Amino acid sequence: MKFVSCHGLHVCFVKSMSLCVLFPVPPLSPVVSQLTRYPIRQPHWNRHSYTTLINPNMVNAGDMNGSGNLMDFLDEPFPDVGTYEDFHTIDWLREKSRDTDRHRKITSKSKESIWEFIKSLLDAWSGWVVMLLIGLLAGTLAGVIDLAVDWMTDLKEGVCLSAFWYSHEQCCWTSNETTFDDRDKCPQWQKWSELLVGQSEGASAYILNYFLYIMWALCFAFLAVSLVRVFAPYACGSGIPEIKTILSGFIIRGYLGKWTLLIKTVTLVLVVSSGLSLGKEGPLVHVACCCGNFFSSLFSKYSKNEGKRREVLSAAAAAGVSVAFGAPIGGVLFSLEEVSYYFPLKTLWRSFFAALVAAFTLRSINPFGNSRLVLFYVEYHTPWYMAELFPFILLGVFGGLWGTLFIRCNIAWCRRRKTTRLGKYPVLEVIVITAITAIIAYPNPYTRRSTSELISELFNDCGALESSQLCDYVNDPNMTRPVDDIPDRPAGPGVYTAMWQLALALVFKIVITIFTFGMKIPSGLFIPSMAVGAMAGRMVGIGVEQLAYHHHDWIIFRNWCRPGADCVTPGLYAMVGAAACLGGVTRMTVSLVVIMFELTGGLEYIVPLMAAAVTSKWVADAFGKEGIYEAHIHLNGYPFLDVKDEFTHRTLATDVMRPRRGEAPLSVLTQDSMTVEDVETLIKETDYNGFPVVVSKDSERLIGFAQRRELILAIKNARQRQDGVVSNSIVYFTEDPPELPPNSPHPLKLRRILNLSPFTVTDHTPMETVVDIFRKLGLRQCLVTRSGRLLGIITKKDVLRHMAQMANQDPESIMFN
Amino acid sequence: MLFTLQNSEDVRCKCICPPYKDHSGQIYNKNVSQKDCDCLHVVEPMPVPGPDVEAYCLRCECKYEERSSVTIKVTIIIYLSILGLLLLYMVYLTLVEPVLKRRLFGHSQLIQSDEDIGDHQPFANAHDVLARSRSRANVLNKVEYAQQRWKLQVQEQRKSVFDRHVVLS
Repeated sequence: MKFVSCHGLHVCFVKSMSLCVLFPVPPLSPVVSQLTRYPIRQPHWNRHSYTTLINPNMVNAGDMNGSGNLMDFLDEPFPDVGTYEDFHTIDWLREKSRDTDRHRKITSKSKESIWEFIKSLLDAWSGWVVMLLIGLLAGTLAGVIDLAVDWMTDLKEGVCLSAFWYSHEQCCWTSNETTFDDRDKCPQWQKWSELLVGQSEGASAYILNYFLYIMWALCFAFLAVSLVRVFAPYACGSGIPEIKTILSGFIIRGYLGKWTLLIKTVTLVLVVSSGLSLGKEGPLVHVACCCGNFFSSLFSKYSKNEGKRREVLSAAAAAGVSVAFGAPIGGVLFSLEEVSYYFPLKTLWRSFFAALVAAFTLRSINPFGNSRLVLFYVEYHTPWYMAELFPFILLGVFGGLWGTLFIRCNIAWCRRRKTTRLGKYPVLEVIVITAITAIIAYPNPYTRRSTSELISELFNDCGALESSQLCDYVNDPNMTRPVDDIPDRPAGPGVYTAMWQLALALVFKIVITIFTFGMKIPSGLFIPSMAVGAMAGRMVGIGVEQLAYHHHDWIIFRNWCRPGADCVTPGLYAMVGAAACLGGVTRMTVSLVVIMFELTGGLEYIVPLMAAAVTSKWVADAFGKEGIYEAHIHLNGYPFLDVKDEFTHRTLATDVMRPRRGEAPLSVLTQDSMTVEDVETLIKETDYNGFPVVVSKDSERLIGFAQRRELILAIKNARQRQDGVVSNSIVYFTEDPPELPPNSPHPLKLRRILNLSPFTVTDHTPMETVVDIFRKLGLRQCLVTRSGRLLGIITKKDVLRHMAQMANQDPESIMFN
Repeated sequence: MLFTLQNSEDVRCKCICPPYKDHSGQIYNKNVSQKDCDCLHVVEPMPVPGPDVEAYCLRCECKYEERSSVTIKVTIIIYLSILGLLLLYMVYLTLVEPVLKRRLFGHSQLIQSDEDIGDHQPFANAHDVLARSRSRANVLNKVEYAQQRWKLQVQEQRKSVFDRHVVLS
C-alpha cells in the first residue's frame, strides 16, 4: 500500500487494491474544531491517558516541553478516526459502544438544565422524525414514478391531443364518446399513425405504429443507459444484493448518494416505459434507502454512527417495498426477512411507521385514480375448494422449477457479462435487448402493454362486463343472474386465441428476463416473475374451469361443482401462480404470502398462497440453496456472511487461521520495542488491515489490536505536530513510556488507538463456533491464541473463503475484506 | 386533504351496462357524489321501461372514481423538466466541455492528454483541473473544485462498475 504525501491541497491519494479512494485530511487548525464533531470516547480504549500525563513525573524520557504538546495531542481525537474506508466492513461492536456512550452522556447531561432535557427529548425523537421524512419522500417519489410511467408507457403508442400529459386512460376519462364495445377508444387520444398519416386501420398504419413503438422504446432505453453511465454508475441493477451487503456492515461509498437517488428515479421511469421485461420494486427499495441515507445524514445521531444508520436503512427498505406493492406489513416483513442483517425490535415498530407513512403519502397522491395503491388490486371473494389444492401445488412446483432455471441461467449470463468481451459494450447490449424485446413484444397484445396491466388483467375475474378476449365465454342470452355470480361457461373462440397467445408470451417472458436482469440499467425482478406465474396460473385455471364444465359428472367435480354454479376462478390461479414464481426466485416465505394477501385484500386465499409458496420453496431448494439475491452476492464476491447458511463441517480454528504452515510468520507490533521507522516499513510492506500488538517477540502474549488506518493517521499526525518524533523514536502502547537511554528521541505513545479487547479464540475452537461468533457479533477479525500466546488471525475473508471451499465453490471469488 | 383543489371534472361515477334484450351495451358517466353512485341516479335517460328497470340495473356495474388532474399535470411537467435538464447537462459534459477546455488550455492539455490515451471517458481531465485549482478561494472556484471532486468519484464508480466489473455485475 503506497502512501503518497500530500500536495498543498491536503488531498491524499491512498492506493489500496488498486482502488483510488479520496479522503481529505484537513489542515491543522480545523483539527481543533473536530473536537466538537467527535466527542465520543471509546470506552474500552484508553480515555484517561491524559490524566496520567498531567503529572510530569510519569514522563521520564524526552524533554518536558514536549509534555504540553503531548497532552493537547492526546486530548483531541484523531481526524477521521471512526470513519471507514470504502469497500471495508464496519466494526459493529465499536459502533454500538459509541452509541451507548453518546446516549449515556446525553442522559446524564439532561438532568442539568431544562435546555439539556429538551435536547435529550429531541435526540430521542429524532428517530421518529427521520422515519416520517423517509416515508414522505419515498411515497412522493413512488407516486411520481407511477404517474410518469403511466404516461410514458402510453406515449409509445399515441398521444393525447387535448392535454399531452394525460395517458390513454386519463385522456378518455371525461370523454362521452366511449361505447360499450370500444370502451378504450376516444377521439382525443390518437395513435401515432392516426396523427402522422391520418389512418388508423390497415397494414401501413400497423407498420407505422410498430416502427414508432420500437423507436420510442430504443430512445427511452438509450437515454436511460447514457444517464446511468455519465452521472451515476451505481444506479444500475436491482440494488437489493448491494443493500443486503451494506446492511450487513459493508461500506460502498456513493451507493446511497444523492446523484444515485436522482438518476435511479429518473432512469427507472424511462426503463419501465421502454417495455423491457423488468419491474420497479427492487429499484424502489434502493431509492427508499437513498432517501434514508439522505435524511440520516441530517442528524448527527445517525450520520456519525454507521450501526445506527443501518437501522434507519432497514426501515427505509420496508418503506420502499410498502410503496411498491401497497403492502406496509409485507414491506416490514420483507425488510426483516430478506434485506436486513441486524434487526432489533425497536426497528420493527419504526419500520412499520415509515411504511405506513409512505403508503399513506402514495395514497394521497393517488396515481391510479381510484385510491388504490397498486395497479392489480382485486376485489372478488369467491371461495375455493379443497380439490383445487392439487393444481395449486402443481403451480408451486412450476414456480420452483422456473426459479431454479432462472437463477442458473441468469447467473451464467451475468458471469459471462463479467468476464468476457460482452461486458465492454453495455450501451450496445441495452439497445440490442430493447430492440429484440420491442420487436417480439408488439405483435402479441399481451406483451405489448405494460406488465403491470397484464398482471392486473390476469388477476381479474371475468364478470359480464369484461371486454377482453380472455373473457370471451359463450354467454347464455337468457341468463338473468347478477353480475358477480356468473356460472362456469364454455370457452368461446376468443379464449382459445388468448390461450395460445398467453403461451407464446410466457415463453418469451421466460427467455427475455434472463437476459434483461443485470444489465446496466435499473432493473427489478418482482413484476416479471409475477407475470410469468400469472400467465401460467391463468392458463391452468382456464384449463381446470373448462375441465369442470365439460366433465362435471366426474367424481372430483361432482361434489363441489354443479352445473350452473360458479366453481373455478381462473384469476385466483393466476395469483397463486404469481406467488409461486416469485417465491421460487427470491425464496421469500412469510413476506411473500403477506404481500400477496395485502395485494388481494382477502384473507380467504391465504391457504392456497401458502401452499404454493411452500411448495415452490421446497422444490427450488432441492436444486440450490440460494435465492437470486444471494446468488448475485456470490457472483460479485461481496463479504456477506449469510445468517441462513449453516456451517456443519468439523474443521477447527487452526485450519483456517493465518499464517498457515509454511507461510511467513504473523506481522505483529511489539509493545515498546519498535521504532517509528519499523512501523512504517511494516505498513508499507504488507497490506493487512490491522496488526496485533504483543508484549515482545519472545513472549507473544497479546496486548491488543491496532488498525492500519489509525496507525497511519497517528504517525502522520505525530510527525507533523510533535517536535521530538523522528524515525528513530520508539513507539509504545503502554501507559508509561519504557526505560530509554538519555539522548534518545522523544517516544510516541499510541495507546489511544489500541483496541485493548480484541476477540480471541483458542486454536481448538471448532469453526462452527467461530462462524457463529463472526455472524452474531459482526466481527471483522478474530485472533487465535494457544496457552495465552498469539498464534494467528482469522479474518472475515478467511471465514468466507473457507466456507466457499467447503461448499466446493471457488474460494478466490471472495474479493473484498 | 388534497381533494379540495379538485375541479368538478375530476370526480365521476361510471356505470357500465351490458346488452339487455335488444338494447346494446352502454357506458354512462355522471358527476355525482359517492353515495349517489348507483344505477338509478346515473343512468339517464333510462333505456328500458318501468318494470324492466330493476332487471336492467342489476346487471349494471357502477364505480366511483376520482383523480387529480392538477397532480398529474404538475408531476409530468416537473419530471420532463428534470429529464431535460439532465440531458442538457449530459450533452454539455460529454461534448461541449472537452471542446472548451481544449481551446482554453491549448497545447499543454494536448500533450498531457496524449499520455492519457487509455482514458476516453467523460471527466478524464478531472485530475489535472484539481491539481491546477489550488489557492484561489472565491465561490466560483469552490464550486468548480466540488464539481471536479464529484467527477472523480463518478469516474471511480464507472471504473468499478463498467470496466473492472467489480461491483454490480
